[in-house]
Amino acid sequence: MNSNSLVSISDISKEEILHLLENARYFEENPNHKILDGKVVATLFFEPSTRTRLSFETAVNRLGGRVIGFSDASTTSSSKGETLKDTIKMVSNYVDLIVMRHYLEGAARYATEVTDTPIINAGDGAHQHPTQTMLDLYSIYKTQGTLDNLTITMVGDLKYGRTVHSLLMAMQYFNPTFNFVACDELKMPAEYKEFCDQKGIKYTEHKDFSEEVINSSDIIYMTRVQRERFTDIMEYEKVKNLYNLHNAMLDNSKDNLRILHPLPRVTEIDQDVDDNPKAYYFQQAQNGLYARQAIICRALNIDIKEVQKS
Amino acid sequence: MTAKKELAVAALQNGTVIDHIPSSVLFDAVKILGIEKLNTHVTIGNNLNSKKLGQKGIIKVADVEFPEATLNRIALIAPSAVVNIIRDFEVVEKHQVQLPDTIVGIVKCGNPKCITNNEPMKTRFEVVDRENVTIRCHYCGHSVTNKEAQID
Repeated sequence: MNSNSLVSISDISKEEILHLLENARYFEENPNHKILDGKVVATLFFEPSTRTRLSFETAVNRLGGRVIGFSDASTTSSSKGETLKDTIKMVSNYVDLIVMRHYLEGAARYATEVTDTPIINAGDGAHQHPTQTMLDLYSIYKTQGTLDNLTITMVGDLKYGRTVHSLLMAMQYFNPTFNFVACDELKMPAEYKEFCDQKGIKYTEHKDFSEEVINSSDIIYMTRVQRERFTDIMEYEKVKNLYNLHNAMLDNSKDNLRILHPLPRVTEIDQDVDDNPKAYYFQQAQNGLYARQAIICRALNIDIKEVQKS
Repeated sequence: MTAKKELAVAALQNGTVIDHIPSSVLFDAVKILGIEKLNTHVTIGNNLNSKKLGQKGIIKVADVEFPEATLNRIALIAPSAVVNIIRDFEVVEKHQVQLPDTIVGIVKCGNPKCITNNEPMKTRFEVVDRENVTIRCHYCGHSVTNKEAQID
């Protein structure tokens, strides 16, 4: 087990989050830095995710490291029945850091238990995706100048959306106010509302994606409502367009409002929003690069301050 | 002559008696404690009348004293169970089992997409709510109460 591994956003403290955000900002200003010279990073994608993999590989390349790995488990020994443990142990012999994505929940936690090589979880099923959370936090921090005392509206699939759950957990340190906008079938699970109650976090639940909610928000975090989440297709047909955002809905919104979305989006954000300066989802994805550079350095125990001096 | 209404089981000289096990989980408790593998005298009674539980099960094992950690493994399914340690026909110790903070390798995770259901590995659960006996999978985060928990 390597203590620099990152499996869940709840593994890291408020101080560490703030430190990572500072480092992400540094990498945004200085994206190319040969600080991983001589290091090899494995990207093990047991489940394809082009966006996340390219972001990680770009981060390593811009830091001067080298990448090995696979983007689809069907071409590896796991298709012959090799256990995850054996794959991780074998790859650990070759590399300084493992970035892994897996379709099974808890796979990354287990991987940390079978190797001393640091592991970064790049998504394990519907469970955790901490680097997404870090890029969300960085996007909020960058656009608002702070993480403190913000009103964050989460819209769409609040039941299954791991990104909203992780963001909610990570925001616990920063006195947020949440608006949860969803239909009954996809509303925020009780355990997360209990979490808010325990931490004294203010929240309100809404079925309507109303102007009032939009106009009170500093951040609107949109998510995709997926048809396969519904037991009743009629219910899906009823709600599928209720949580779509159109440009006209933003007319009286706050100047500092920014729209985030983990992407890919389908119809939940209309194309007419894309040209609004409040639309931030494409830059948000770009921020993933800097957030991941900062996380990679943390995993490898590289002190950015020392790097800055040299 | 009137028939005796008590259970005809010889008193233990030395060993362990585990009493007040709910009848519905008696055989799970037997399994968790690994009693099938013992070769000393074992007496298992079930569906006995109990004031506390209605019906209860009891396990008597001669000449064996289990480590505390082993006994506490049954606390998840039988929090009411009482352990009596017998030495030379006397009860020298009597206490209720205690739920540990973590439970390794007894419960199967109910999430089919959990890594523990797909790799040859032990499960691990953390107790998150002692009052309602709720445990959470260390790997996937899936929570269950002791009533829903599947014993592996």
